[in-house]
Amino acid sequence: MNSGEVDLRVSFCGLTLNNPVMPASGCFSYGREMKDFYDLNLLGAVVVKATTLAEREGNPTPRVAETPAGMLNSIGLQNPGVSRVVREELPYLRRVAAVPVIVNVAGTMVEDYVAVVEALNHSADLDAIELNISCPNVKCGGIQFGTDPTMAADMVRTMKCASRYPVIVKLSPNVTSIVDMAQACEKAGADAISLINTLIGMQIDIEKKRPLLGNGIGGLSGPAIKPVALRMVYEVAASVSVPVIGIGGIATGRDAIEFLQAGATAVQVGTANFTDPYVCPRIVDEVRSWCALHEVARVRDLIGAANPRARRVTDG
Amino acid sequence: MPQTEVIAQEAIADGVYRMVFRAPVDLKKNGYAPGQFWHIRVTDSFDFTLRRPLSLCQADLDNNTVTVVYRAQGEGTRRIAAKRPGDALDVLGPLGRGFSVHDGDGRVLLVGGGIGVPPLLELAHQLAAHGIRALAILGFQTASQAVLLDDFAPYAEVIVVTDDGTLGERGRVTDFLQPERLQGVVRYYACGPTPMLKAVKDVLAVRGLPGYLSLEERMGCGIGLCAGCVHKIARDGVVRPLKTCREGPVFPAAEVVFA
Repeated sequence: MNSGEVDLRVSFCGLTLNNPVMPASGCFSYGREMKDFYDLNLLGAVVVKATTLAEREGNPTPRVAETPAGMLNSIGLQNPGVSRVVREELPYLRRVAAVPVIVNVAGTMVEDYVAVVEALNHSADLDAIELNISCPNVKCGGIQFGTDPTMAADMVRTMKCASRYPVIVKLSPNVTSIVDMAQACEKAGADAISLINTLIGMQIDIEKKRPLLGNGIGGLSGPAIKPVALRMVYEVAASVSVPVIGIGGIATGRDAIEFLQAGATAVQVGTANFTDPYVCPRIVDEVRSWCALHEVARVRDLIGAANPRARRVTDG
Repeated sequence: MPQTEVIAQEAIADGVYRMVFRAPVDLKKNGYAPGQFWHIRVTDSFDFTLRRPLSLCQADLDNNTVTVVYRAQGEGTRRIAAKRPGDALDVLGPLGRGFSVHDGDGRVLLVGGGIGVPPLLELAHQLAAHGIRALAILGFQTASQAVLLDDFAPYAEVIVVTDDGTLGERGRVTDFLQPERLQGVVRYYACGPTPMLKAVKDVLAVRGLPGYLSLEERMGCGIGLCAGCVHKIARDGVVRPLKTCREGPVFPAAEVVFA
């Protein structure tokens, strides 16, 4: 089969993506920098940085540290606040890319999340929101909603009422049962589930005898967490009917195909963008070549191929 | 892909290396500034997730090559130091905002500390090309750490300072900023560890001397995606954490806020 004959399109939340690869929130800013590296239309979609109601300065530095095959970050949701995002960033992104835009929404209190979503309702420059209830780097808020199924469900219900856009819920791996979390979110009306966010970790500066990161703890990401992410995607895909978006350590086409076969409808690429800014279009090319080589005419036929219990969901 | 290759690699001091590589862009066409950096991938796998930012030390326009001088203190930089001429190198750059040379300046001051000294060499070279005289106060921990002193000689009057007095003057660079030494100096440029930058700024701000600081923050992506490397900058009446990889690493000293 010619690689040109492979149909890479996937669908979820009423959106059709030209391919299943998108950058993960926080690893792409708002697209201004990356468009100097490649045409953003090569992406399946774009997920922009977590956006809060008010501007946030984030945590003290150092905020990043390398770990074996991974990294820790404790950025702390630094962002210009939703009004500037709506006024300056999203219109810009719409101009430079004709692909679906997903806005990651974060906050401290439920009211903050609602206010962000209401501000986004006034914008036409996005296609879905990704509810961030899994950021490990902000005190009170964020992750607390993501570790208690009841609180998560309440949050999802509130967001579904407030948002005119589809709601993807991004889950934290720092829980006892990822399946309980996913099912609670699905029952509360989530349109899709994305996972995983970072695993909470730490590094110590032994000369200074104190944690290296300014915030003490941070979120672990990168290839080191891929097996954990894959296992969680596999379990969740087998337990919910809504589409699942796989995230965690994806750096190659083969990695992406693993997640698709585990039951993910699409994938997000995070840390690998820092290692190689060209990684997303390269993954798209590698997925296409793999499909051609293996006579897979439609990439969506791979979804759940290795996971018999995964509900094969596409709304296309 | 920004693939290029290593031209030369040598140890020039204890744990300090000089590497020459083919520039990933046409330096003449693209342009570059002293104080900008190159973001170098450690290996071609994803075992090392973060690139290493290495400052421009010298640019050779005739051969379109770049020299960086860096300390191999961690596993990643040791891997880079193990690369040999002909080895492939994945390099992004030149990145960030570097030092500005101001035509019309008569005499300026350069202050470098440790591995902050190499980025000042290209600056000294450009200052000389603009007919600006420079006094370079270059500080090192000890004699075995001192680098590039002969390279500075054609472009600047050099004062070498070591913490232990094993080479040049004994003391800290800030011990050599007396007004009589800085006669005619209208601007300063500093690169080195954060405590040194803060001390230099404190001494020279009192005298109303404008200058630039090249900040050192732990960097992630190097291209403005991750917001890992921010530093507080006072600009237009607002203090904001700005990305040193994109808005810096060089900032006007007056804007830099130290905790």
